[in-house]
Amino acid sequence: MRRSSIYLGFSLSCLVALGFLCFIYPHLSAEQYDRVLAEQKRVVRDLQLTDLCLFSEARYTRNLSQADWHAPFQDNPMAFDTFPSGSLVRPTVLLADDTP
Amino acid sequence: MIELSQVSKVFNPGRHNAFTALHGIDLSIKTGGVTVFKGPSGSGKTTLLSVIGCMARPTTGRIFLDGTEITGLPERFATLTRRQTFGFIFQNYNLIRGLTVLENTMIPAYPTGRNYQEIRQRALELLEKLKIESKVPMKVEHLSGGEQQRTAIARALINDPAVVIADEPTAHLDTELSMELLEIVNDLKNEGKTILVASHDPLIFESTAVDRVVSLRDGKMIDQETPR
Amino acid sequence: MKWLDRQRCLMDFTLSCVWRRKGKNLGFLLVYTLIIFVVCSVIFFSNALRRQADAVLHDAPEMIVQKMMAGRQELMPLAHQEDIASIRGVRSVEPRVWGYYFHPATQTNYTLIGRKDFRHGDDAVEVGQGVLRTWGAVQEDKLYFRMVDGKALDLKIAATFSAATDLVSADLIMMSQATFRRLTGMPDQFATDFSVRVRNPQECTTIAEKITGIVPGARPILREEIVRTYSALFNWRSGYMIVILSAAILAFCISAWDKATGLSAEEKAEIGILKGVGWGTSDILGMKFWEGMTVSLAAFFAGVIGAYIHVFFFSAPFFEHALKGWSILYPSFRLRPEVNLFELAVLFFLTVVPYTFITIIPIWRVSVTDPDLVMRQG
Ligand SMILES: Nc1ncnc2c1ncn2[C@@H]1O[C@H](COP(=O)(O)OP(=O)(O)OP(=O)(O)O)[C@@H](O)[C@H]1O
Ligand SMILES: [Mg+2]
Repeated sequence: MRRSSIYLGFSLSCLVALGFLCFIYPHLSAEQYDRVLAEQKRVVRDLQLTDLCLFSEARYTRNLSQADWHAPFQDNPMAFDTFPSGSLVRPTVLLADDTP
Repeated sequence: MIELSQVSKVFNPGRHNAFTALHGIDLSIKTGGVTVFKGPSGSGKTTLLSVIGCMARPTTGRIFLDGTEITGLPERFATLTRRQTFGFIFQNYNLIRGLTVLENTMIPAYPTGRNYQEIRQRALELLEKLKIESKVPMKVEHLSGGEQQRTAIARALINDPAVVIADEPTAHLDTELSMELLEIVNDLKNEGKTILVASHDPLIFESTAVDRVVSLRDGKMIDQETPR
Repeated sequence: MKWLDRQRCLMDFTLSCVWRRKGKNLGFLLVYTLIIFVVCSVIFFSNALRRQADAVLHDAPEMIVQKMMAGRQELMPLAHQEDIASIRGVRSVEPRVWGYYFHPATQTNYTLIGRKDFRHGDDAVEVGQGVLRTWGAVQEDKLYFRMVDGKALDLKIAATFSAATDLVSADLIMMSQATFRRLTGMPDQFATDFSVRVRNPQECTTIAEKITGIVPGARPILREEIVRTYSALFNWRSGYMIVILSAAILAFCISAWDKATGLSAEEKAEIGILKGVGWGTSDILGMKFWEGMTVSLAAFFAGVIGAYIHVFFFSAPFFEHALKGWSILYPSFRLRPEVNLFELAVLFFLTVVPYTFITIIPIWRVSVTDPDLVMRQG
């Protein structure tokens, strides 16, 4: 077998796989994710939640959008105080926009 | 028919280490037949072959191939001429390590745009003719000297060139292998190819297959033996 | 056709050459793939999470009103509920009673929510799946709390939030408001903050202004701002992204530089041979083009597909550690697969194209030299 044939075959199957993952799979699985999303939205509405439960290490990371001006660590996006979440997230738009 | 008129070659012209390797060579070589260039080391044999084979440009003078001038061609056409007209067998064979005998043989044909299967078929035929068909899938670095040379010959013939140029083809061979080489050269000659060989091996230039011997010394032709 | 045959032959040759240095080239391919994998995983993950947050938090309260005093968040007196409700355009004001609970045994932070209409009574809780995972030994379905006065409190797990909602509910412990107040000591006439619903969302800003006039120290947070906070989440400017991206770019540059400058004597000799047997400069450049292209395209495909599987099928386990940080609890969630083709294209042009050029450029110099040198090699 020619090497170029093997390589082209490999590339082509990668392309097909990528095409499937990018264009077809999202549609196939849409229903399942819609269900999950609907359930999450229901909980958020029901409990009046404001934030995702991504970083539970400190108050101001658990509820990012509720953090106040004086919560430490948030005035500098490169701050490493609470590593790594402190460096992952930017200061909330709220704080950045209307700092007194 | 290859004609050289007043061909000279100067290395590093205009500099303190300028060196004239060929001095105004006038020569004409008939189509078909074996021509041997002999002469002591440093006499300019290799330089002359590379100038004829479009590998290097002569500093002055002109070279004609079947009546068309091939000096001063743009790089692209020089390459094309080299590829279509000449087949080279280098002194050290210059095979590409890590590739198989077959792949090495096919290399000069890759840029021609010929069909792959066709090239492969031709390579296999050549290798069979040179009696190394059993080594086809072998990596070239594992070959014996004689086998390497045959591979180099097959490679030189893959594009079916009119002129075969060999530089010191027997330098690394013993007598027996040299005789075999002469047989191959003879076969090529009988197929009608023009063969140019540089050698200081008496075995070569005294061989009956040779039609003409040209002697060089210090970049000048000193005498020409008439065909036997 | 001829052109195609020629390109395929050059490709055959290149692949043979690459293959004969298997170890070195596969190692390089691995590094290259890994870099693309990491960068692509970051892109996939942060985008997917951002989209998810955007969709989920669309249903967050329209406005939250906190009370601030001396720069700290304070409890909100329930007395203000009436004042806010009487503002024109406000549909409803609901006190939210919630807080945090630190569980010393496992060093975990949880979120407590006290609900007025809690269905399971005063000695029960409803918890997120993350709580079950992290609480430690749970005996007879009971969670043991330490109240504000130091006394113990046992609460029964009456229900759990479904695993599908983990992204928002993992650390929640919900209980009745009475139990919450007993546990935390929050006085009856206070709440944590208010969630305000308005009739016309366009009036939010005006209403927010009015609220600050009525309630001293009020700090309204609009839903729009919540959503914007999350759209800016994992911004590329934030520290971690920069660390990852610059490390990746640096690694890429180093290996590319090595490739570009490390044109060995052997490679140079081989190019001489190719010229000698009748290859032109364009053939050699074409051959090198395919070398750069085949290697980087393979790395690109493998890296991107790997990243997709990593992020969307396995929920980015390599990032979990980084995101978790000091916290114990991490939600388990699956992100909706969606690929931004523009970003893929950018990634392609930032990796495949420069690498291909880098492999070609050093060859350029060598390939224009006269081929007669090959006659003198050995
Ligand atoms: N690039 C170069 N620059 C300067 N001088 C060169 C160069 N190439 C060859 N020469 C000189 O040209 C002369 C002729 O060299 P050439 O290789 O043609 O000799 P030769 O007859 O093939 O010798 P040998 O039998 O040893 O192979 C030598 O003296 C050599 O030093
Ligand atoms: Mg020589």
